[in-house]
Amino acid sequence: MTRMTCHLPPARRWALAMTAVIASMAAGFTPAAAQDGAEANPLLTGDLTRGERLYRQRCAACHALDVNRAGPSHRGVVGREAGTVSGYRYTAALRDSGLIWTPEALDEWLANPPAMVPGTSMGVRIPNAQARADIITWLAEQTDPASETD
Amino acid sequence: MTSTTDSMPSRRGFLGGSAKTLSSAGLVAMMGSGAALGFQSGGNPEQDVQLLNAAIALEHEGIAAYTIAAGSGLLAPEVVNIGVIFRGHHREHRDELIRAVETLGGMPVAAESDAHYAEALNAGSLQNQADVLRLAYGLEVGAANAYLGLIPSLSTTEQHQLAARMAGDEAFHAAILGNAIGEAIPTAGLMFG
Repeated sequence: MTRMTCHLPPARRWALAMTAVIASMAAGFTPAAAQDGAEANPLLTGDLTRGERLYRQRCAACHALDVNRAGPSHRGVVGREAGTVSGYRYTAALRDSGLIWTPEALDEWLANPPAMVPGTSMGVRIPNAQARADIITWLAEQTDPASETD
Repeated sequence: MTSTTDSMPSRRGFLGGSAKTLSSAGLVAMMGSGAALGFQSGGNPEQDVQLLNAAIALEHEGIAAYTIAAGSGLLAPEVVNIGVIFRGHHREHRDELIRAVETLGGMPVAAESDAHYAEALNAGSLQNQADVLRLAYGLEVGAANAYLGLIPSLSTTEQHQLAARMAGDEAFHAAILGNAIGEAIPTAGLMFG
């Protein structure tokens, strides 16, 4: 599990997060260990097309890329500190979690959110490791233009 | 917009002063349908309240979506009638979820304004009936999957059963809407969850 407590300045925190994200993506990421029925398959490679479809089917009841709905907006989520989307009312559990949404952390989260962050309001699980990898791969492509530098 | 707490009796205050003198059988009898559905404390009530509140938020949005659609002027009258029936189902879901949260001692999350939901759903981009039906279809498919994905995170069998029943309703809605917009029948089974 990737769980990082953040007491760093924002710029360093961001750099640390992006380093973790890039390293994970370069190596391919290893999904979380099996828990509560979640599958444990190492080194799965996500598929963008499947990921987009699965996001629509599994996530878009509560989430959108650019607006907060029942859940927070998702654009730029990979590499972001948990609980930090502006205007979304998070549970204290997630807001204070100190998590950075690396692919590994997202994989563990999607497998069983309340086990990772007890007290969260996110309870929807995606037990299939390939489906999680596909969704995370697609999310990683949905970057925030404001955070990109040339 | 229907209030989130309309017609919802508050049992917590009553129970707070009475529970010490009641047998468990008496409590079940007095708590009515919430207890009949098995929403007594057990498992992890605080966690369950959080999860059930997220489901209430989902139902609030679904109710608003059908209200916005019905008032959009884009739908034929017979389609509006079906949407109103579906909205009624979502109101029943909301009310059951509110009852569950209150029985666990939690505070049900309130609805936002219809304007908020219209913006969140990008309702301004809808141009015709087909657009509306496609939006509704996507929301219903997502809701069915959300409830199925939620089941293993809830603590009690009764909550599992309630979420499964709601998933069934959402899948029913999705099937009707999918047929209306010409979605192909999935060739593979286990199409949700």
